[in-house]
Amino acid sequence: MVSSVTRLAAGLVAIAGVASFSVGPALAQTSVKIGYALSRTGPNAGGAAVTTLPNYEMWVKEVNAAGGLKIGDKRVPIEIVQYDDRSSAEEAAKALDRLITQDKVDFILPPWGTGLNLAVGPILNKAGYPHLAATAVTDRAPELAKRWPNSFWLLGTSAGAANTLVELLVKLRGEGKIGDTVAMVSVADGFGIDLSGAARPALAKANFKLAYDKTYPVGTQDLSPLVNEAKALNPDVFIAFSYPPDTLGLTEQARIAGFNPKIFYTGVGTAFPLFKGKFGANAEGVMGIGGWNGDSPAIKDYLARHKAASANGAEPDRWASSVTYASLQMLQQAIERVGKIDRAAVIKDLQTGTFDTVIGKVKFENNLPTKYWWVGQWQGGEFYGVGPATNEGARTPIIPKPAWKAQ
Amino acid sequence: MTNAILTGLMLGGMYALIAMGLTLQYGVARIMNLSYGEFLVAAAFASYWLFTGWALNPLVGLAIVVPTGFGVSMILYRVLLTPLVRRAPTRDALEVDSILATFGMMFIVQGIMLTMFGGAYFSYSFLSIPVAVLGETLALNRLIAFGLAVLFGVALYLALTRTRFGTAIRAVAVDPSAARLVAIDVRWISAFAFAIGGALVAAAGVLISMFLTFSASSGVVFTMKALIVVVMGGVGNLLGCLVAGLALGLSESLVATFVDPGLTLAVNFALFLGVLLVKPAGLFGRAQR
Repeated sequence: MVSSVTRLAAGLVAIAGVASFSVGPALAQTSVKIGYALSRTGPNAGGAAVTTLPNYEMWVKEVNAAGGLKIGDKRVPIEIVQYDDRSSAEEAAKALDRLITQDKVDFILPPWGTGLNLAVGPILNKAGYPHLAATAVTDRAPELAKRWPNSFWLLGTSAGAANTLVELLVKLRGEGKIGDTVAMVSVADGFGIDLSGAARPALAKANFKLAYDKTYPVGTQDLSPLVNEAKALNPDVFIAFSYPPDTLGLTEQARIAGFNPKIFYTGVGTAFPLFKGKFGANAEGVMGIGGWNGDSPAIKDYLARHKAASANGAEPDRWASSVTYASLQMLQQAIERVGKIDRAAVIKDLQTGTFDTVIGKVKFENNLPTKYWWVGQWQGGEFYGVGPATNEGARTPIIPKPAWKAQ
Repeated sequence: MTNAILTGLMLGGMYALIAMGLTLQYGVARIMNLSYGEFLVAAAFASYWLFTGWALNPLVGLAIVVPTGFGVSMILYRVLLTPLVRRAPTRDALEVDSILATFGMMFIVQGIMLTMFGGAYFSYSFLSIPVAVLGETLALNRLIAFGLAVLFGVALYLALTRTRFGTAIRAVAVDPSAARLVAIDVRWISAFAFAIGGALVAAAGVLISMFLTFSASSGVVFTMKALIVVVMGGVGNLLGCLVAGLALGLSESLVATFVDPGLTLAVNFALFLGVLLVKPAGLFGRAQR
């Protein structure tokens, strides 16, 4: 008796569930469902936690505080569906499949990092979702933008990064500020391989002497042999295409060893607030990948809002953070201009429109932005963009780098 | 050359320090603790928190974190692992069960750290002052970590070889059923060894946090390294742990300096495999049966 009652109740609940499910889409749009899968755990978690997640959360909070996205003549709040991709391409693909087929989200925000963005590219393209890859650096960006017209590669190519750095070196050598000996180390992983691969011919073409050129495995815990070897060669320029833990390790070791070349350039992580937090006054003059126009009111305002929005007052990183936030502003403006959930029209608008963002006005050409910050330098507690020198707000680099201070 | 050897020794000392706790937990208590690295990172976080939040010097922090590590490990063993120990018919079965249990524990500890600190990288500067040793410049924090690693290692070695209690621990490591025959409380000794392991891993976490960048997800790196050192040195053998750690550190530093920094991992594994081929039980391990 009890069991049949239970069964009946379960049946009713099931029917009610199915009914509400089928009624759902017929109702007017009450929310815009946006989904993402981010690396909350695994090796990518460190980068995603600094650069991507705070911006996603801040943007959603801000948009909802203003009443939501403007769809047509009314505002619709954003509803978030999120997963952990555990830093794995398979998990990211699975999560996106789920977002598309089961959660039926209206838009998808990209994962963190080059590898995962490349992994989810085909899925987003096939399903017709716009793909604003804000944290991917790949030399295949122009080719990918052609193959997947829905994808936008906001950080550009590693050749761009390496060439801009070399251009800056050539200019400084021309001004007599540096000589032509370069020591280069790179991490034996995607980023380091790409960047050093692009830098080698560029340096050779510009007649720089590459006195030291070594790679090291990911997760190397003591980088002092590299720093000591480089120091012994007394180069004018030290370049490290490194990941965040190595960036901190190399800088620390250079300070300990008193290795103070005229230019000290490190890779991912130099633009992180952690770098300034750890090295304080010693960050002064260190160059690294990325940068932003630290004097622009929009960036200053963004920095203040970011600090206020995050629980522990965390600052954004001075490279991809602002680009990530800008990509969300672009998505928002495109959606609002289209005025309805029409992904194809939103992609079209992204391809052709001009967008007002924290990093200035952005317009895509062949799905790629037209300008990037590639070289930045810590100057007076802020990481300013110094290259390309033609960018609006580019600062003059401080050369030679000031001596390391005793702490 | 001097520089390469000095850096290698310090790196090796760090490896030995990381692995010492595991060799006790695995060798004596037979708990293959896969969450070992997570506990190390947790201690690093504790140290970071004490240092940035309370301005407490990490070396003073040791006085808080190490006993906490001991206590937490003791509780873990009594509450979580004792049922496994009771249930397991043989030590090998316990090893398998403990792998599964601590694998789960790894996610729990990692999850707690992620909720508390988020996934970002953490690093702070403490005593990163250059000091001259034999005409070479080294970082004071690494030097202190090395010194303390040696101190802990020697103290533990003496305790294990010179005291009655230490002899009992070694007896359990070698043959628990025979140990029982001479009135050694095997369960107690195992719990104690596991807890000392916990205290050591806490010490390692605090010392390493002074100079390495860490995040809630970086535990697995330390578990792997500790495992290699423990297996290479001979499970449960403290001296083996020290020798294996130093050998790995030295080989890494020498190869990075004189051959190519890209080959350090390859040489590490070659050394590991080489030792296992010649001595399958590890450098100081006793062959089974």
